[in-house]
Amino acid sequence: MPKLSIIQWASLAVFLLAIFIAVPGFIAASGRSDLYYTLTSVALLSIASAGVWLTFYIGRINIGQGAFALIGAYVSAILVTKAGMSFWLSLPLAGLFAAGVAIVIGVPILRLRGVYFAMISLVLTQVVTLTALALPITNGAKGITSIPLPGGVSILGLTLIPDFATLENPRLAFYYAACVLMVLTFAAMYRLVNSRLGHLCRSMQQNEELASSIGVNISHIRVIVFSISSFLGGIGGAVFGSIAQSVYPSSFQVADSVNFMLNCFLGGLGYVFGPMLGTLVLYFGWDLLFELGRFQLLAYSSLLIILMLFLPNGLLSLRLPGKKGADK
Amino acid sequence: MEQILANGIYLGAQYAMIALGLTLIFALMNVLNFAHGQMYVLGGFVTYTFYGQLGWPFVIALLASCITLAVLGALIERFLFAPVIRRSNREESTMLLAAGLAFLFDALILLIFGEKQRGVPKIINGVFNWDFRLIMPYDRILICVLAILSIVTFILFMQYSKTGRALRALAQDRTAAQLMGVNVARYSMIGFALGAMLAGLVGGLLVTITGVNLGMGGPTSIKAFMMVMIGGAGVISGAIAGGIILGFMEAIGLAVLSQYGDITYLLIFVSLMVFLAIRPQGLMGKPWG
Repeated sequence: MPKLSIIQWASLAVFLLAIFIAVPGFIAASGRSDLYYTLTSVALLSIASAGVWLTFYIGRINIGQGAFALIGAYVSAILVTKAGMSFWLSLPLAGLFAAGVAIVIGVPILRLRGVYFAMISLVLTQVVTLTALALPITNGAKGITSIPLPGGVSILGLTLIPDFATLENPRLAFYYAACVLMVLTFAAMYRLVNSRLGHLCRSMQQNEELASSIGVNISHIRVIVFSISSFLGGIGGAVFGSIAQSVYPSSFQVADSVNFMLNCFLGGLGYVFGPMLGTLVLYFGWDLLFELGRFQLLAYSSLLIILMLFLPNGLLSLRLPGKKGADK
Repeated sequence: MEQILANGIYLGAQYAMIALGLTLIFALMNVLNFAHGQMYVLGGFVTYTFYGQLGWPFVIALLASCITLAVLGALIERFLFAPVIRRSNREESTMLLAAGLAFLFDALILLIFGEKQRGVPKIINGVFNWDFRLIMPYDRILICVLAILSIVTFILFMQYSKTGRALRALAQDRTAAQLMGVNVARYSMIGFALGAMLAGLVGGLLVTITGVNLGMGGPTSIKAFMMVMIGGAGVISGAIAGGIILGFMEAIGLAVLSQYGDITYLLIFVSLMVFLAIRPQGLMGKPWG
């Protein structure tokens, strides 16, 4: 278990206090309850982006996370609507299904590198969208609509999770659920990066042949990492489908896959918490620029280009040189 | 059958031109140009403006497309890609820049030209009809011939001109080319401009047939990526082969599979993944690019 310094514990506590108490308090005081939806989206997208970040960690440019998010959303939606399963049970199943697909697809395509992997993963998003349009179980272009809200979970009469449909503010409930998932995801990521597997991943990022020559089973590790990444994508997509209460083949498109990748780039590829920051900045940036009306896309893309021009190694590279990144 | 073959040649020639520009930029700078489809759309809109709206001759409008995109490409390389490549720790950072550029072009096209589908008057009227076995409008034949001519010109240019030799040297080994006295910065810019120009040229050619609209950029980029993957990234003959193969697959798929609904592209994607699993570097690519 990696040791955390006092400063790191303190900043962790501040972060948890901020997202679980300060943000809901602020929203209640200011009455901007629409922010819940925005922040929930940020939390969920950052889970999926964390998966993309993990594939970057083994040196693969992954532009296919939209595919796994869509798979997760569909699996959860089909299990809930057709099989009547509880959402909370369908959530891990959606993640596992996405991970399973990732293993089957990953074994051949993870042999590709660099730009080839980037392009094939981009094509993958298109494949899943087209499959969703063609299969009967996904209901084609009409999609799956009116998915019920997540039900309650209770063990021995003790209510762990209340029924979302009976709550007066399901948005707040979704916000908490998404934040808990996000915190769990990033805790797991931090643990993973500082584990033996994390070291092996770093060795692969630098030089796969060298890693393999000193006995690292690279084909094994890259499939494991890709399936973890897709698991996170599936989870993020499943919760998204549940919030929107509908899934369409267009729910996650190529543009979303590209955005997941941009989130990681923007936050910085060398830092575990990069994807979270990148998602927050990109999503809020997009929302804030809404005031500009038809110049929104222009301003957004110009900002992206300027950021890239001056901070090509990500936002977190702004840190002082004395303090090393969070993954050290 | 003749009809399918003719459609395949027609689609393949235009696809090959799109893929050529993309693969050229990739070979020279190791940049995956996400904005390639948008450059193609922009070229279409320039031709539309000069030929469709101002009523200038088609050839001049086509030249205007080429020049606009070439200048744009040169500026982009000089002021955006070159500094980012210099400053960034990882080569992949250019992908974010390219994605940002794709968004920027989309925004600019939306602001300047609007989101409507635009078309131009036909260059030549009439339809070539060979006993109802092969039906092809004359303008399509002309565009196809022009596209093939451009490809041939491009290959000759790359093979025999001094610039072409320098560009090929650069693609093979950057450092060695520099040691042999090739001005790397200058030829990178020329190469990027040439790639962008090809995108503009094919956009200008196709606007006479399919018209042009804002949404065409993204799907065109994806198709171009597929062709480059089929043929092998950064290889010129590969890009041409990839374009022709994809063109034929699409023409055959649309003719044979039409009764099963829109599954042509699904099948193309799946077979591409199977193909790449067997041969990761594409038909003619070097292993690992």
